[in-house]
Amino acid sequence: MRTVAPVIARRNDEADGALIGYLPVGFPTLDESVEAAVALVENGVDILELGLPYSDPVMDGPVIQAATQQALANGFRLSHGFEAVRRITERVAAPVLIMTYWNPVVQYGVDRFADDLAAAGGAGLITPDLIPDEGADWIAASDRTGLDRVFLAAPTSTDPRLAQTIDASRGFVYAVSTMGITGARADLDEAARTLVGRLQAAGAEASCVGVGISTAAQVAEVLGYAQGAIVGSALVRALAEGGVQAAGSLAAELARGTRSE
Amino acid sequence: MALRAQTGPYFGDFGGRFVPESLIAALDELGEAYSLAKLDPAFAEELAELGRSYTGRPSIITEVPRFAAHAGGARIILKREDLNHTGSHKINNVLGQALLTKRIGKTRVIAETGAGQHGVATATAAALFDLDCTIYMGEVDTERQALNVARMRLLGAEVIAVTSGSRTLKDAINDAMRDWVTNVETTNYIFGTVAGPHPFPEMVRDFQKIIGEEARQQVLDLTGALPTAVAACVGGGSNAIGLFHAFLDDADVRIYGFEAGGEGAETPRHAATITKGRPGVLHGARSFMLQDEDGQTIESHSISAGLDYPGVGPEHSWLADIGRAEYRPVTDDEAMQALRLLTRTEGIIPAIESAHALAGALELARELGPDATILVNLSGRGDKDMDTAAKYFELYDEENAK
Repeated sequence: MRTVAPVIARRNDEADGALIGYLPVGFPTLDESVEAAVALVENGVDILELGLPYSDPVMDGPVIQAATQQALANGFRLSHGFEAVRRITERVAAPVLIMTYWNPVVQYGVDRFADDLAAAGGAGLITPDLIPDEGADWIAASDRTGLDRVFLAAPTSTDPRLAQTIDASRGFVYAVSTMGITGARADLDEAARTLVGRLQAAGAEASCVGVGISTAAQVAEVLGYAQGAIVGSALVRALAEGGVQAAGSLAAELARGTRSE
Repeated sequence: MALRAQTGPYFGDFGGRFVPESLIAALDELGEAYSLAKLDPAFAEELAELGRSYTGRPSIITEVPRFAAHAGGARIILKREDLNHTGSHKINNVLGQALLTKRIGKTRVIAETGAGQHGVATATAAALFDLDCTIYMGEVDTERQALNVARMRLLGAEVIAVTSGSRTLKDAINDAMRDWVTNVETTNYIFGTVAGPHPFPEMVRDFQKIIGEEARQQVLDLTGALPTAVAACVGGGSNAIGLFHAFLDDADVRIYGFEAGGEGAETPRHAATITKGRPGVLHGARSFMLQDEDGQTIESHSISAGLDYPGVGPEHSWLADIGRAEYRPVTDDEAMQALRLLTRTEGIIPAIESAHALAGALELARELGPDATILVNLSGRGDKDMDTAAKYFELYDEENAK
């Protein structure tokens, strides 16, 4: 199974850390989302985070909301998520995580979802509205299948909750950089650095920072203290405005942030 | 265990906290503040005093024999939450949560609203307690409830018309949650119904259960017996749980929730969540919801903005699951006919939401027979619905019609 931990470790050895790129499946079309994901990897993205469009995405800002709403209007189905993972992993070596709100997994069946994701070559799940406290079914299914499970940590999380999140996560812990929803921000919050420091002190092997990162300089800044940087809205905007080529170009630019000097 | 003793986070298989980690600290803080407040007699007294001197509690009950005569002569008794300050039961919950906001030292409140009743109540409490206030309302609802938008703005609230998704209540909740995630340090989310993540279902129920506690005693005083059945409309379900809760352990009292059947529960255009939905996770809780095969939320429909919601509170899902309460759909037209009937026979204009409970009560009266006594929660008044009613019944002069 293609999991994320070895890639994060390798990129922290040979560079400053890993670049993780997010795109929603089915935007602007299923085919183009697959092409764009491949282009990200070919331009230096180390790990893919594929979002499954969902009707009520409470963690997402306007750019991703607009993209996923269009994907739903175009007829996105959950089966397209597995198809996209399969097509991408056939072409590139990077591990592919699925980012999904929890209800689609519940309705598909947690075990069935895990089996089909593993069969498609997926690495695991990022679950923005599932906390470990509510995640017993998923923890069991991912243990059974070996899939990664990425839970979120927030600047407001207490120490006991951070310990619980580290314990429940496999692959990395998703450190939410700031209090807020997805979307590019001019200044990254100091809260991200503090949060990653707390996670490391509590024993986290890998923390990747997401929410608000849109430039190579921000990637470099984050990789100064974290093991990975996650870019979402900026890539989605590039894809929306300039197509696959623009998304690839931005990925190449962001990847420069993984190598200091 | 008594059914009334049930607390969150879980009601049977329903409830929980399916929210981003960023909100957990705020939910914990609110839950702890509420737990402490519950044990503090000063909090209870402050809330009771607000009820007496601001809301107008206890609200009265009114027997409506001319209305009941249209359904075979059972006794129908209304609990008059429509007479509360701001015109609905929503104020009960909002005053409790506004007091809590003060206790946890936050200076800004946000809320979602469908019909505008909860938004008006929240804006009212914000004015009373000197809190900054932002109300999220689906753009579709700001159009059909324009008067309430004006009311909230006059009270000093900022009203944001939500343009994402289906532009109704569920999307207003999404945007309010996004605001809360971003501004949680200064902001408390005054949630309007018994849905959402723990502690909201339990806390909002506790602030609303005074409806049933008062009404149970008032019906006993009037009739010498408990009612045969209690009835309320159910969107998210706060007025319904507020009425039902006092009766949960009265095994002989039947409990009925009436959902918005829209154009018919057999059509795709309804909001009959328990009748036609299945369990899933929406807005932070596991409960019944309207969804497609992939778990995407289906847009609901109701002529009543306040019932136009594809989810329902987890305690209702539990009561349905264990068979303690029965949930049935009432169509737009049945509700509108009941609205007109109560108005014409009793001189009481109900909110369209509450008219669903009235239509349900007519159905129950026919089923239960003339010896039955049915207690109905008249959860709100119809002033806000005049434009909808005028169009529905063609009451505008043609030259004045828009």
